[in-house]
Amino acid sequence: MRRFLLIAVPYFWLLALFLVPFVIVFKISLSDIALAIPPYTPTLDFSAGWAGVRAFFSALDFENFTWLTQDDLYWKAYLSSLWIALISTAITLAVGYPIAYAMARAPEEWRPTLMMLVILPFWTSFLIRVYAWMGILSQEGFLNQFLMWLGIINEPLTILNTNTAVYIGIVYTYLPFMILPIYAALDRLDESLIEAAEDLGCSRLSAFWLVTVPLSRNGIAAGSFLVFIPALGEFVIPSLLGGSGTLMIGKVLWEEFFSNRDWPVASAVAIILLAILVIPIVLFQRNQQKQAEAEQ
Amino acid sequence: MQSTVFTPWEDPDAKPLIRFQNVTKRFGTFTAIDDLSLDIYEREFFALLGPSGCGKTTMMRMLGGFETPTEGRIELAGKDIVGVPPNKRAVNMMFQSYALFPHLSVWDNIAFGLRRDKRPKAEIEARVAEMLKLTRLEKFAGRKPHQISGGQRQRVALARSLAKAPKLLLLDEPLGALDAKLRQDTQFELMDIQEKTGTTFVIVTHDQEEAMTVASRVAVMDEGKLIQVATPDRIYESPANVYVADFIGDVNIIEGRATPGEDDTYAIDWAEGEVPLQATSATRFDKGQTCYLAIRPEKVTISTDRPEGAVNAVQGKVLDIAYLGNLSTYHVELPSGMVIKAQTANTRRISRRSFTWEDPVWLSWTVTGGVLLAG
Repeated sequence: MRRFLLIAVPYFWLLALFLVPFVIVFKISLSDIALAIPPYTPTLDFSAGWAGVRAFFSALDFENFTWLTQDDLYWKAYLSSLWIALISTAITLAVGYPIAYAMARAPEEWRPTLMMLVILPFWTSFLIRVYAWMGILSQEGFLNQFLMWLGIINEPLTILNTNTAVYIGIVYTYLPFMILPIYAALDRLDESLIEAAEDLGCSRLSAFWLVTVPLSRNGIAAGSFLVFIPALGEFVIPSLLGGSGTLMIGKVLWEEFFSNRDWPVASAVAIILLAILVIPIVLFQRNQQKQAEAEQ
Repeated sequence: MQSTVFTPWEDPDAKPLIRFQNVTKRFGTFTAIDDLSLDIYEREFFALLGPSGCGKTTMMRMLGGFETPTEGRIELAGKDIVGVPPNKRAVNMMFQSYALFPHLSVWDNIAFGLRRDKRPKAEIEARVAEMLKLTRLEKFAGRKPHQISGGQRQRVALARSLAKAPKLLLLDEPLGALDAKLRQDTQFELMDIQEKTGTTFVIVTHDQEEAMTVASRVAVMDEGKLIQVATPDRIYESPANVYVADFIGDVNIIEGRATPGEDDTYAIDWAEGEVPLQATSATRFDKGQTCYLAIRPEKVTISTDRPEGAVNAVQGKVLDIAYLGNLSTYHVELPSGMVIKAQTANTRRISRRSFTWEDPVWLSWTVTGGVLLAG
């Protein structure tokens, strides 16, 4: 009985905070737009009894999902989001790995400080930090002023409101999520493994590729998923730093909800996004599980 | 039987494989190795023995190329190897933690070093198969290190370090992680493999029994210095000083003053009102010089009556008996309060033991039973 209760708690949590909202969103995605509050039909009316429930279910259809395939805006937005998320994950990995490596190799007494520095940005609101990037990247921003002062460029670069700004924003925001799991993996790495590789004829560099990288693979995978998953549905960064040409599904979703007030289509967009995300999330879970097994 | 006894260290013409020349290693202000010189010969099974922090691991790491000496020269086969990185040395090391690559199978672990040399595939396969056979691991070739037992892991580590047929194999506490029974079996296996491959082995250990079992010569170290380098029997039978006598095995140390007699015999005054003890010594002691008589417990005979004609005999009472099965160690308290350990083989059943706690007994030993040491 006690075991049942113990298991019931997380399941109840999942049910209340994931499954119920999901069912509601799914229901809305099958509805039609209406000028009403809430802005869709049908709504379930129990006062009409059994006939009311039947009428409710007969009014639901997959029209909105069909619509998503007809207008090329949506699949282009999905593809573009996938692409942007993929590229920014790769850049974050390229930037984050050396940082994590340096942290793991730093003297013991330095590590808590370095860890603190990585986590420190979380102390400021995410929104404020993204706004700060607007100030840095704009035409008259610090970056352009600095580059012109150095004499590298003569005219200010257009960075803000381009995809480049979106990449910068995503990499900056999600960098800690990449660094921390890789650092954890590298920190656990036994120094004698590297020495053994060198002893057996590896140069420093080949020992890194043959031992360090494979043994931090789980950290790399965890970090990549932690960046890729939220980046795919990212809305704030593309809408603040991106331009009109930046097509991301998070932005489309927002516009459907708040500009068009088309909740059913927006819900359908969200359901498809979730379906796309299920794949990396399942892969991420499997990676975590494998890592846990390997540590036993 | 071997026709010739293997003792290259006694041959003045023999060329050592490894030569430490006045090597000093400092870490900051701490001196780990202090002006140390040592020769190790080819095909030797050489043990570096000492308590933790005595510098034995530093010696090994300098041979492996993981540390550079602050001063001095280290030669391998006549060439100075100071500054040569680990991957450029014909030396391989078996790490204390084994350092097996967890992401590679047993087979790939053993092949790791061979692949780095870009050897032909067929040769690698043949060599790995040979190593697997040598260490009886054929059945486990496809397993990952975490899927095999501690003893098997130890053998994988050995196979991996031997695969490249190094001139010199370094073993850092190779049996430390194994339980006592397995350790004994593995010691003999190590000796067997060393003999078969003809590789020079240098083993680091803090376990004196292990060093004595496997090694052709043992170097006893303390605080970065070599105290004694000799064969196991010489280390045991004629230790250079009290430290070595005390570190290797069990020993009774009796402090006294020497009085030279005839034929290298010395009379040792060791306690007020007691008959002086007699001991022979090749080293000279002056009259009145402080000396230490080291007697192994197994060289002390215990009896109820004073043995007739015994040169050295003292009386005491049994304080404690440690029963070890095959042996019993008696702790006998002398009237002066000093405790002497005596060991006898239990050839009879324990119920027929002639003395028990609090019994008055006589301890005796011959004139050559003990070793006279200066300090």
